[in-house]
Amino acid sequence: MTAPRAVALALAISILGSLALVAIYVFGGSIQLQGIGLALALGGLGTAIVIWAVGLIEAPIEVEERHSFAAQEREASIAEGAADGEQISRRRFLSRLLAGAGAILTAALVLPAFSLGPQPGTDLFRTAWRRGMRLVDAGNQPLRPDDIVLDSVTTVFPEGFVGRPDTQTLLIKVRPSDLALPSGRDAWAPEGCIAYSKVCTHAGCPVGLYRAREHLLLCPCHQSTFDVLRGATPIFGPAARPLPQLPMEVDPEGYLVALGDFPEPIGPGFWDMTHPGGRRMR
Amino acid sequence: MLTWIDERLGLADWARAGLRKVFPDHWSFLLGEVALFCLVVLVLTGVFLTLFYVPDATTVTYSGPWLPLRGQTVSAAYDSVMRLSFEVRAGLVMRQIHHWAALVFVAAIVVHLLRIFFTGAFRRPREINWLIGIGLLLLALAMGITGYSLPDDLLSGTGLRVIYSVVIAIPFIGPYLAFLVFGGEFPTSEIISRLFVFHVMLLPALLIGGVLVHLAILVRQKHSQYAEPRATEHNVVGRAFWPSQAFKSTGLAILTAAVLALMGGLVQINPIWSYGPFDATTVSSPAQPDWYVGWLDGALRLFPPIEITALGVTIPSPFIPGVLLPGIAFGIMTLWPFLEAWVTGEHAEHQILDGPRQRPLRTAFGVAGLLVFVILTLAGGNDVVALIFGVPVEAMTNILRVAIVVVPLLGFGLTYRVCTEMRDARAGIGHPRMVRLRRTSAGGFEEDDPD
Repeated sequence: MTAPRAVALALAISILGSLALVAIYVFGGSIQLQGIGLALALGGLGTAIVIWAVGLIEAPIEVEERHSFAAQEREASIAEGAADGEQISRRRFLSRLLAGAGAILTAALVLPAFSLGPQPGTDLFRTAWRRGMRLVDAGNQPLRPDDIVLDSVTTVFPEGFVGRPDTQTLLIKVRPSDLALPSGRDAWAPEGCIAYSKVCTHAGCPVGLYRAREHLLLCPCHQSTFDVLRGATPIFGPAARPLPQLPMEVDPEGYLVALGDFPEPIGPGFWDMTHPGGRRMR
Repeated sequence: MLTWIDERLGLADWARAGLRKVFPDHWSFLLGEVALFCLVVLVLTGVFLTLFYVPDATTVTYSGPWLPLRGQTVSAAYDSVMRLSFEVRAGLVMRQIHHWAALVFVAAIVVHLLRIFFTGAFRRPREINWLIGIGLLLLALAMGITGYSLPDDLLSGTGLRVIYSVVIAIPFIGPYLAFLVFGGEFPTSEIISRLFVFHVMLLPALLIGGVLVHLAILVRQKHSQYAEPRATEHNVVGRAFWPSQAFKSTGLAILTAAVLALMGGLVQINPIWSYGPFDATTVSSPAQPDWYVGWLDGALRLFPPIEITALGVTIPSPFIPGVLLPGIAFGIMTLWPFLEAWVTGEHAEHQILDGPRQRPLRTAFGVAGLLVFVILTLAGGNDVVALIFGVPVEAMTNILRVAIVVVPLLGFGLTYRVCTEMRDARAGIGHPRMVRLRRTSAGGFEEDDPD
């Protein structure tokens, strides 16, 4: 076999090895296969370069004088090898093949970075809130509307998920007559108890401050301000969306329970948050 | 001994030339050195901290000497920084020196960059070192942000939360990228150990490697210099490295360390025991990041509540101030040498530096950029500023929203005007010039040579 053919063959093996690596990563495979794939990808590339060096590069023997560290011009003769057209086109083909093999190998080597995180899936679209789950405070106590002091604010979670960050919800009690909720949500605020996601719709900080007199929720991170009486509509600051409201009712035993998950994704925005696919996934 | 080494390595000539290397003598050429010495302090104190820090999000019960936290559930990372602060001898001073050195490090880099910018030292042949310098600034910022988040306290955790929100705001790739970087939906237990790997391995390797290349290019190209009588485009006028500059630099290094030690010992910084451990459902107020991130937080605060959805694609409001704005800012900074050469058509080599007034347009641009930075930084603390001036935070935000548009424009115009006036006054254009007359022997008058 001629040297150029051998180089091309080795590069082809390298490319196949890299593609196999990609396939093994995507579809899953044993450690032995991963090792063999990587060895083929690297081995093919290395072999190709060695054959190239030995068989295709015409390098005359040169002599370099050794001087005792005095600055001296190095004399090197550059032998211009006469290359005919066929050789040039062959070399161009091999160079491209080499670059291609290198690129595919690089791609295969970058793939394991995808092990760093899961696919977002439906994580950003839903929380643990489900129909019938009781609202409990940080001490895991279920709450009755009568237990809640007027104009107070409590951080609540779904029962069994205390401390779960994306479920954190603010439970506020106001005078029912003051409420001016968007239509269809009147039933969501039994006895003036109203619940909003605590995760700011701007940059995700917990909306931690409540100005009870004005019924305003304030995010300390970037001062987004939400009107509690009007469905937590943003009235100041960089937040553009209301805090999602938790639909809830009072169960037969008198405790506050959720009617389901938040109707919209909670927290900071992302590009496909209004995607119908996202809705279907709920 | 020296001869023995020289016979084997032949370094004597090279070393002699190095020692005789001429450095122009000007205080403004030492700004980069301050950054370099901060880096040395950071490495030394950082090694000490690494010996005690535990990059682990597993929860433990705090049982150390800080009573308010006794019995609380904290992460092992937070616990180790608390132990470092209260139980490890010299631990707190190392931590505080490290934090102060980081703040001064970034500050020194920025001031060094401003010196380079306003004197035109980025021009040919120094474009490569400008690019490396911008890369080093970005690495220093990345070091600062990753290091700031390691203690896993409430304040830095809130900062990470905002960074996560900015990342998921990137159209199309945001959620995927954020899940890769953070290992899932925020908060995750993976992020602390990942930040640690970046902070103590990858970023320092790149940073130190970059600094070495930065310095090698400086030595290779020789230093630029200010216009002074003997300075030309073909020489360097200054003092030899040995002994004058070597002594000065050594002194500066030790004094930099001394100031950092004083700050670390006397001025409290990042008291994580008063912030408390990170908890995704609580937040502290006011919440301000380290100074070099304040402008980005300020941009997030000032940006109007605009969230556009078109064709099913939402552009979340943090995207423009949090991603696009820094992208454009660093883009302009990176490309500035090439933009300026392209606009002015000036491609010649420059070894002699400009005075800021000689280039009114460049100086005006720089001042406008600085004003944007200053106003955004103020906006990053708008709640604190509002408190100081006793105005409602809403009013403060609205004032700053106007200022971010008006003030840089005014600054641009004013700077341009002042620089042109000063330049023209120097050149004697449009102004009476003072001359000295001399009586000649023939009885007439002639102008005395001004020099």
